[in-house]
Amino acid sequence: MSNIDSKANRATIMANVRNALGVDASSDATRRKTVKARLSKHSRNLIPERANLGAPERLALFRAQAEAVAASVAEIKALKDVPQAVAAYLRDNNLPQRVRHGADEDIAKLPWDSVPTMDVDTGPADPQDSTSVSKAFGGVAETGTLVLTSGMDNPTTLNFLPENHIVVLKAGEIAKTYEDVWDRVREAYGAGQMPRAVNMITGPSRTGDIEQQIELGAHGPRRLHILIVAED
Amino acid sequence: MEIRSPQFKANVREALGNEHLQEALGKVRTGFTGKRAIARAGLPEFDELRDQARDIKNHTFSHLDLYYDMYEERVRDAGGHVHWAGDASDAREIIAEICQRHDARSVTKGKSMIAEEVALNGHLEELGMEVVETDLGEYIIQIRNEPPSHIIAPAVHLTKAQVEQSFRELHTDLPPERNLDEAASLVNEARHVLRQKYIDADIGITGANFLVAETGTSIIVTNEGNGDLTQTLPKVHIVLTSLEKMVPTLEDVSTILRVLARSATGQEYSSYTTFSTGPRRPQDPDGPEEYHVVILDNGRSGMLGTEFQDMLRCIRCGACMNHCPVYHTVGGHSYGWVYPGPMGSVLTPTLVGVDKAGHLPNASTFCGRCEAVCPMRIPLPKMMRHWREREFERHLSPRTVRWALRAWAWVARRPALYHLTASCAARVLRIAALGRGRIKQLPLAGNWTDHRDLPAPRGQTFQEMWRAGGDE
Ligand code: SF4
Repeated sequence: MSNIDSKANRATIMANVRNALGVDASSDATRRKTVKARLSKHSRNLIPERANLGAPERLALFRAQAEAVAASVAEIKALKDVPQAVAAYLRDNNLPQRVRHGADEDIAKLPWDSVPTMDVDTGPADPQDSTSVSKAFGGVAETGTLVLTSGMDNPTTLNFLPENHIVVLKAGEIAKTYEDVWDRVREAYGAGQMPRAVNMITGPSRTGDIEQQIELGAHGPRRLHILIVAED
Repeated sequence: MEIRSPQFKANVREALGNEHLQEALGKVRTGFTGKRAIARAGLPEFDELRDQARDIKNHTFSHLDLYYDMYEERVRDAGGHVHWAGDASDAREIIAEICQRHDARSVTKGKSMIAEEVALNGHLEELGMEVVETDLGEYIIQIRNEPPSHIIAPAVHLTKAQVEQSFRELHTDLPPERNLDEAASLVNEARHVLRQKYIDADIGITGANFLVAETGTSIIVTNEGNGDLTQTLPKVHIVLTSLEKMVPTLEDVSTILRVLARSATGQEYSSYTTFSTGPRRPQDPDGPEEYHVVILDNGRSGMLGTEFQDMLRCIRCGACMNHCPVYHTVGGHSYGWVYPGPMGSVLTPTLVGVDKAGHLPNASTFCGRCEAVCPMRIPLPKMMRHWREREFERHLSPRTVRWALRAWAWVARRPALYHLTASCAARVLRIAALGRGRIKQLPLAGNWTDHRDLPAPRGQTFQEMWRAGGDE
């Protein structure tokens, strides 16, 4: 079907590579061992000291970093407080009392009807949605970064289509570094495996493409609001 | 994209006379450099991370074939497809075939320098597809029918007023009396216009900043979120990338990501770093149904094992051009092809041939700022010198340049001597050239020397000036 012989291209390119490296079958055994070890050990490179902190300071660093990139943050006590906190946020920002979320148990089982004025939709985002609510897989204190994983629980489109994105993050899941999160991803999905998408999100959408002036809300969410939940 | 590098000197003359461009470039000089300096100061380990980033890529290259074995296995396990393109035309064909198989009429694109390199848009348009750039800067230059002038800020050569004019000319269905005075209103207008394009697209094409062997993952790093909408909404996601983008593990890429955004925009981390592995899974409610990765060689495998191998470490952060006095003066378009600035001066001759781009390695004052800020510690000035020497050997230079370069190269290859006597050496060059009445044949002659002191410095050399004003 194809005019392009991808396989032959690969063979040529790899022959070039091996030739340039000056390797042959005799050196492959050692090289293979090196590669295998690197891929299975997940050794860390230098980790900046910045986030090497106990839990309370880590939370404070996460919060400061997220706010520095124009996310807003509220701390709440328990998951059950999420609907009220969402309602308050929408009210404060003059936004319609309507949200969409995925099948994530922590979000789906919440007492949403405790806010009678709020309409709640579920499933992946619709272009008309103004606000979505997701639960983060974790957070990274180092840069105030949220980590979200794709799937039914938290559909990826919720992260990008609506103008306002509210993310629930458990305080206990704020890691020091990206590397800490990768260890958790491996635990959850298996070594070498990834969900279809892992989205690291650091502040709302922005652009500097017009005279390098930073404007929020280029194509993704204009507002990113993070609800940090103290208790599990 | 048409190669205009041979007309480098004419391009420079045009750039120096362009007021809008000079206004826009003034902002590059101060904006990017200041932000990077702050980000660097905020991370004490920054320089050590650069060493490690360099080592990671060097290690990867010496095992590149084996990492690709693992990478491909992982992509296939996740249900994705890997395609290999020897050159630009292969890449265009492979992508066109995927699009045609899906009867695609509309294609959205995230920013991809590789797509520029292979001139993808024109090819798909010839086949009857609508191709829409979704990165704001790329969208702006697409509607103005211009090439990018910077690898991370493609429209950095334009002023707000020029963007407003283009929007008014194109978006004629919007009220003519609307106010577009603020950057914010321009951003909103683009957001509004592009929204429906994302939704209507049959195919989404993005680049990749990195590929991860451990997991078969491709990564994009963006701020606008356009790349994510581009790759999540259509039923097919095509990743167009190139051979050198590989890294072994998630840990390795985390290290490089720590230096990327800081070097590029001075952000601690970009807004969106997205790790994609295969198409949508059985339970997934969204994401593409097909996931293709097209890996382009286009001469890169030929750089391995040569004096240009280090260039393959480049992560396209743009720091070298942001800090380059030549770029600040002539802008990106003068370089005549896809990759401008110091990295372009090294890469372009490799990719399009020294006969077409032999002028570019001359577009340097050898002040060393590019290497000093490069997060991947690429010895850019050294490689530009390699090109000059090769050009010399190939007898492509006019006689005077050949003669003067011999003297210059002798000094330049002795760093201590070079620093001590640069102004003297430069004067030798000038006198040599003048003596033969051929100064116009020297690198950076003509209008260029009206605006800069080198290669004929009076008093301070560029190196001295930059040391006085620089942070490295
Ligand atoms: S050469 Fe270095 S500084 Fe220039 S774009 Fe590449 S990585 Fe960045």
